[in-house]
Amino acid sequence: MSAPGKVGFSKAVYTRPRSLVDVKSHFCPGCHHGTIHKIVAECIDRYDLREKTIGVACVGCSVFLYDYIDVDVVESPHGRAPAVATGVKRAQPDKFVFTYQGDGDLAAIGTSEVIHAANRGENLSVIFVNNTTYGMTGGQMAPTTMLGQKTSTTPYGRDFRSDGYPIRMAELLSGLEGTAYSARVAVSTPAQIRKAKESVRKAFEMQISGMGFSIVEFLSTCPTNWGMKPLDAQKRVLGEMSEYFPLGVFKERKQADVA
Amino acid sequence: MEDSVTATGRIEIDFERCKACELCVPACPTECIGMGTSINRQGYASAVFERPDDCTGCAICAETCPDACILVWR
Repeated sequence: MSAPGKVGFSKAVYTRPRSLVDVKSHFCPGCHHGTIHKIVAECIDRYDLREKTIGVACVGCSVFLYDYIDVDVVESPHGRAPAVATGVKRAQPDKFVFTYQGDGDLAAIGTSEVIHAANRGENLSVIFVNNTTYGMTGGQMAPTTMLGQKTSTTPYGRDFRSDGYPIRMAELLSGLEGTAYSARVAVSTPAQIRKAKESVRKAFEMQISGMGFSIVEFLSTCPTNWGMKPLDAQKRVLGEMSEYFPLGVFKERKQADVA
Repeated sequence: MEDSVTATGRIEIDFERCKACELCVPACPTECIGMGTSINRQGYASAVFERPDDCTGCAICAETCPDACILVWR
């Protein structure tokens, strides 16, 4: 892109975050992964962490983090990201370690890993993207799928009698003693995007100050698998999803534990 | 593009990167952005900066864009 010609508008107010690689993304139109990537990249830039960050990617659409965020990334499929991140952080405690996981990864295949990492109070940050479906594999039911939601494995809608209820991971993990910060945010309106940035900043600060495990759950859209236009998908997040998955901060530790 | 006289900012939309998700259109408080008709190499009809005169350079569109294809100047 060329710089503007006139002197009047010479101050760049918004440019691509430095830590976001300047390439075209593979995400579907309107997918919130892109927005969340931007927020994570901005927060990495804010604390100047790019050269000392190790990301741990998971399985699903979110795995392509390594193509878009300009940090070193370990790929740890099928929910094992918090376990691998534990090893990375313990071996290199001076590095900044975060995992980036979807709901099929964190809330289904990797439930035990994330719960135990949180319970041990591992000093790492988890970015959890909840779009209520398995996006990459064709929109199957995830543990976070809403009741009545039609997916390729629940063609008549999710029924609690056979499939149970959607899991509220942010609340679940906030109940654990080792968790230092747990919040749920969305990125469907400009105000929500700003709040989400604040939450990610806080989560990162928790790790920087050695407080322990932090998680930020993002309510995200999956327009393709929901069969909706991006704007309608955003409305669904604002309506139905925000009702069941309330936004807010569920736990915030003020002081680090001492042995 | 010539800078407008009344505007206090301006944006630039990357035509080839835009995926026409339309999220920036309702996000703009002054309704400066509309959907275009020409198709880019990805096959999407990119968003266009329709009314540059009203742009305030608030950067809300850029924050909303999932593909980071909007740059803002003030």
